[in-house]
Amino acid sequence: MNYGIVRFPGSNCDHDAYFAASQKGTAFYLWHKDTSIPKGIDCIILPGGFSYGDYLRCGAIARFSPIMREVVTFANRGGLVIGICNGFQILTEAGLLPGVLLRNSMLNFVCRDVFLSVANASTPFTSALKPNQILRIPVAHGDGNYYADEETISNLETNNQVVFRYSDSEGRLTEAANPNGSNNNIAGIINERGNVLGMMPHPERYSDDLLGCSDGKGVFNSLEVFGLSNSTKMVEPTSY
Amino acid sequence: MNIYNATITITLRKGILDVQGKTVEHALHATGFPMVSHLRIGKFVELTVEAETTSAAYALVEDASRKLIANPIMEDFSISIHEHVEATA
Repeated sequence: MNYGIVRFPGSNCDHDAYFAASQKGTAFYLWHKDTSIPKGIDCIILPGGFSYGDYLRCGAIARFSPIMREVVTFANRGGLVIGICNGFQILTEAGLLPGVLLRNSMLNFVCRDVFLSVANASTPFTSALKPNQILRIPVAHGDGNYYADEETISNLETNNQVVFRYSDSEGRLTEAANPNGSNNNIAGIINERGNVLGMMPHPERYSDDLLGCSDGKGVFNSLEVFGLSNSTKMVEPTSY
Repeated sequence: MNIYNATITITLRKGILDVQGKTVEHALHATGFPMVSHLRIGKFVELTVEAETTSAAYALVEDASRKLIANPIMEDFSISIHEHVEATA
């Protein structure tokens, strides 16, 4: 898999994403002012951080940067896109994923490990994981409280678009296990087509045992498995 | 072309719990202001805009608010437009 990691002014998880993606794949940095995505990129990563200082709203300014026009086109053609933390916020602002990320219900910035339960293991991002598998992954955000209107939440649930939920270590979806008050303990969702994932927790930060845990590798391993089995079906080459 | 002053007031949509507003309201209750209620916290944006008429200015600011200044999924906004008068020395 070839990964394109977008760097916005204020991105601060770009190196972590690069490290995680490079373990089995090949990673390239893309700049927010770029007006094209190089041929051969299979997956775009919008990393965590505070793009454009989180001015106005998290992700609101980044969504209008030149590269995002290309990312939207890439996604609409079936390219894989993963937005982590601030990247998730950018994806909702860009309209690639429904809903928004509100201020955490307890108002504080939450920076700690949480447990995630895999709600959908049939996506390109989770196929190497098992349904209901428990992962320990860090979160670090002030605005991670996923919100959408009732109809949208209902559609997400019906279509199995919830990919990760906050749980306790036994997989119970309790209020105490939810670090930000998100609807239905939602930690990550995928679009209807199944090629754009947004998640608040940071799998790239736990991508090597030397970092204390490697549960985050599951996401990148899944992408590699998907890449191997779909090598001829990836996004058609562009004519940049 | 006329120059108009516009102010945009942005609050969380009705129905979304304004946790920050609630917290400040509770703090006021504990500080001798039990008569205060319905406190909501939002954002205030002011700008000037060039347009032919007040209604044209309003339409421009409304468009800008929908596209960027507010996120209609979670925020309501209200706009106030005033014709800009140059201050005289």
